[in-house]
Amino acid sequence: MEAASVLERRNFNGLLDALTARGYRPIGPVLEAGRIVYGPIQRDSDLPIGKTDIHDGGMYRIADRPDDALFGYNLPSDSWKQYLFPPHSRLWTATKSNGSFTVAAEEIDPPRYALLGVRACELAAIRVQDTVFTGAFPDRQYNAVRDDVLIVGVNCGQAGGTCFCTSMGTGPQLTDGYDLVLTELLDGDHRFLVRSGTATGADILRELPLTPATPADCAEAEALIEHVSGHMGRMLDTDGIKDLLYDNAEHERWDDVATRCLACANCTMVCPTCFCVTTEDRPTLDGATAERWRTWDSCFSLGFSHIHGGPIRTSVKARYRQWMTHKLATWIDQFGTSGCVGCGRCITWCPVGIDITHEVAAIRTEEAVHAHR
Amino acid sequence: MRKPKLAVWKFASCDGCQLSLLDAEDELLAVAGAVEIANFPEASREVLPGPYQLSLVEGSITTPHDAERIQQVRSESEFLVTIGACATAGGIQALRNWADVAEFTRSVYATPEFIDTLDTSTAIADHVTVDFELRGCPINKGQLLEVVNAFLYGRRPDIPGYSVCIECKRRGTTCVMVADGTPCLGPVTQAGCGALCPAYHRGCYGCFGPAESANLPALISELRRLEVDDATLVRALRTYNAYAPEFRAASDELEVTG
Repeated sequence: MEAASVLERRNFNGLLDALTARGYRPIGPVLEAGRIVYGPIQRDSDLPIGKTDIHDGGMYRIADRPDDALFGYNLPSDSWKQYLFPPHSRLWTATKSNGSFTVAAEEIDPPRYALLGVRACELAAIRVQDTVFTGAFPDRQYNAVRDDVLIVGVNCGQAGGTCFCTSMGTGPQLTDGYDLVLTELLDGDHRFLVRSGTATGADILRELPLTPATPADCAEAEALIEHVSGHMGRMLDTDGIKDLLYDNAEHERWDDVATRCLACANCTMVCPTCFCVTTEDRPTLDGATAERWRTWDSCFSLGFSHIHGGPIRTSVKARYRQWMTHKLATWIDQFGTSGCVGCGRCITWCPVGIDITHEVAAIRTEEAVHAHR
Repeated sequence: MRKPKLAVWKFASCDGCQLSLLDAEDELLAVAGAVEIANFPEASREVLPGPYQLSLVEGSITTPHDAERIQQVRSESEFLVTIGACATAGGIQALRNWADVAEFTRSVYATPEFIDTLDTSTAIADHVTVDFELRGCPINKGQLLEVVNAFLYGRRPDIPGYSVCIECKRRGTTCVMVADGTPCLGPVTQAGCGALCPAYHRGCYGCFGPAESANLPALISELRRLEVDDATLVRALRTYNAYAPEFRAASDELEVTG
């Protein structure tokens, strides 16, 4: 790991200047109508200074902090997926000519995003989507955006009420895969411990007025990570989770969760790894041209499993089971990792507060009861 | 090839839905190029005789005369699409279904005996076979064009039955229920409006009626947790889609238990 340096809080705009000078468009946390979401960042004053967020099942509130932290929140309501894998995109346009038709792929010229404030769980989620979109079937649009992305990670200074990254082995510390990583230090002088992870990151640091980090700075950053790790709002026991879910496809807990589940799809929309889409063909009324669009869909919609003859997952029970079993079990067979990074968004943003960690625990506990009979 | 004839019919309604067709300004010429606008009094006084290949029916059935007229419309129509909450669920006027219509006419009209009306306001599909129902109060212009387009090409309209929540998330709107504690019918309401109200920090009013897998009991228990009283819940469910089966069953249940 590269030696750490210290960036004083008063010089933070220098980092933003260095990003924009390189042609990046910085995106990061902004306070918008009482919630922290991702949006364009021009100056440090765009960041949610002195604000934090409280998370619980089906509950989110903004609160004031006793300090002026720039990154003193847990997680925005949306995720980086909004930028890397936009909700709507046109794939191609077909034009009728001489009894046949020609297809023109969508021209792609995405902005060069600098993602500012990427949490460890979020970087893990980006890497999960990388596996999906850069693997056997590379996705042209995703990769066009992703190839130019610069990642400025920020280690968590606190754990949220629905966080469980330590259970999923994804955080709270960023270990690799970033261009730059910051740890915000609030004791004494407000400053950032910074490290680069790539040559681009190192180039950017060379332009900033940094001082070498002292052992005390590094110790404070380490203590912070240790504190965060010990204060996760949720816990998910992943021991043998694949077989646990495979063995319990008919568990009565699925009926129970189906009575509470709204099948509204919020969990899948906020999940930073969920990637399911539908495609729509839109011909013009005169039939001269047609466009194919790709739009976020969800395994909670009936149309998603519609094949010849009708949908195959008609009950909400089947849909919830499909989602959770894919996320935590079949994903491992499919992509070699869990589909869950422990960010807790599905818990916070479920309008009725259904909690994936509770559902797994319930299946585990009740299975243990059955096993001992 | 002769262009298919389009007819637009009005029953008990405000005209807002059929005006969505005229509001399709950029696409109106393309529509007129693709179909023959044969019977659309809001657009032209020229009315051509049926049969019509595509009929758009707005409004609900509230009078004995309309109950007969819809049979005639059906017999003249090859493909019949109902448009809007009045036609698909009985509309706001279906509130009469819980009340005494004779009492209304006595208190509103100077000569109530002139009024020849039914005790109920019901959806068109309660009276005749409907080929496709397009929801909304009012309907979405883009969805209407999609239905016309799908009809022209003999394909199924791409009108999803899932919840408003999906539209909120696609447009990047943070959940008003979770972030503000604002009561919202979005999780049980069919998409189609583009999640308009939550984008302005309001809860969803349910204008597009029940979503495909609407779980009213689960949402109601959550809204009670947000301290919404049962009388308010009944009012929230009894608006434009009050008589849609899922909303109706839930509001009736609330009155029994509440």
